[in-house]
Amino acid sequence: MQDLKKQSPFGVYLEHLKKGELAYQVCADDGAAVFFPRAVAPLTGSPNLEWRVSKGLGTVYATTVVYAKDQAPQNVALIDVDEGFRMMSRVEDIDPIQVKIGLRVRFRVHAGDEKQPPYPVFTPAGGEK
Amino acid sequence: MSGLKRGSVAVVGAAESDLGQVAPHTSPVDLMAQATMRALEDCGLKLSDIDGVFSAATQVRTAPMTLAEYLRIKPRFFDGTIIGGSSFMTHVAHAQAAIEHGLCEVALIAYGSTQRSVSRAAASPRERNPYEDPYRPFMPTSAYALAASRHMHQYGTTREQLAEVAVAARQWALLNPKAWEKEPLTIEQVLNARMVSYPFTVRDCCLVVDGGGAVILTSAARAKSLKKKPAYVLGVGESLSHATISNMPDLTVTAAAESGPKAFGMAKLKPSDVDMISLYDAFTITPILFLEDLGFCPKGEGGRFVSGGAIAPGGKYAVNTSGGGLSYCHPGMYGLLVLIEAVRQVRGECGKRQVKGCEVALAHGNGGVLSSQCTVIFGSDATL
Repeated sequence: MQDLKKQSPFGVYLEHLKKGELAYQVCADDGAAVFFPRAVAPLTGSPNLEWRVSKGLGTVYATTVVYAKDQAPQNVALIDVDEGFRMMSRVEDIDPIQVKIGLRVRFRVHAGDEKQPPYPVFTPAGGEK
Repeated sequence: MSGLKRGSVAVVGAAESDLGQVAPHTSPVDLMAQATMRALEDCGLKLSDIDGVFSAATQVRTAPMTLAEYLRIKPRFFDGTIIGGSSFMTHVAHAQAAIEHGLCEVALIAYGSTQRSVSRAAASPRERNPYEDPYRPFMPTSAYALAASRHMHQYGTTREQLAEVAVAARQWALLNPKAWEKEPLTIEQVLNARMVSYPFTVRDCCLVVDGGGAVILTSAARAKSLKKKPAYVLGVGESLSHATISNMPDLTVTAAAESGPKAFGMAKLKPSDVDMISLYDAFTITPILFLEDLGFCPKGEGGRFVSGGAIAPGGKYAVNTSGGGLSYCHPGMYGLLVLIEAVRQVRGECGKRQVKGCEVALAHGNGGVLSSQCTVIFGSDATL
């Protein structure tokens, strides 16, 4: 079990993002991919969570376009990452309404700014699933 | 299997507070208290009869405590379970358990919100989530939009079918003098309204208004001596599946597929026994999902099920006869008003929108982002 007085699950995840990596956990007891990162594995309650770095490829599971007053329309999607976990993200470099379920996508880091730490986004990887 | 007994308790009093737009500086607890006194008047009980308090509100963190202070009542039993808009369905189940075990005899369930007056952002501040916030989803709308995208992809559900839900709700609302919306609505108007989070326009989304309500429950034995026809609690079911949309196992299947069978099992009834269906319609996709998951139509058929005015007045199924969260009232956690309409239908007091011979009404609550699902089935004394 990680010592929560020394580091947090999100803290470790963020350190990976700063190195350009999309990190997730695997429960050593049942082998399941775990995301969002946790201090304790879901279902098993196991403390044996191992950090892994994703290859960064996934498929769009669900998609919407947010029309906010203060910004251009933006995609919000749920991505099924190939290693077996799902996460919310945004697909960039494509008209947001053209982001379709099944689209294959590749991870990259969005640098963020002084208020927003780096975070993962995706771009079309070519092809569908 | 439920440890609770079919028909052991009944809703005996039900009332809304003032709805829509209330005066500046009205508090959510003012609305709870107003609704409480109206619900007591409805059944002929007094404030001093209440010995159980159940309440939840986004603007009042310690709702049972704050309401008890306001009314100067000292409940023997209280429960502030807050799981979003379905909180009040769980309160019915928990009140039934408490009454059956003698922990209280007269339970008040109350809710109030001034989200139109103070703004939705102020009324329901969102919890931080570093895994979702960077993408600026418009919550909760975008979560339901993601679910709709999946339903459209898997089952061919169309934006026109979603719009049918909003149009049917509006037609019912025009029969309800208390409804916020007063003008007719067409499918074209829904489709051409301002886009919020694709595929939803603003007309696919619930209202943002002030309001509240209260219901009073007591034992079946005591209910018989009160003013109005009791609405007996025949069945209850509660289920949670996730908290954030990123963690919903399958965006096309809600936990209503668990809460519904629990409630029907306890009630010893099936969907075809239900005369009126009161579903939490936060967005046009939600009645479609709940009609499927509660067993009124097969999975994937919800869009076709609601088409052609099937859930509008005069249609095949009486769904959301108040006009729903889409056109009647949506103060933020709408579940309490979902319960009230089902109770009124069983009592036969809905005027122009009354469902003829309504003996069984189902009230289904939804909370969070399709996260909590709770079902309550009410019946008249003919169903006991």
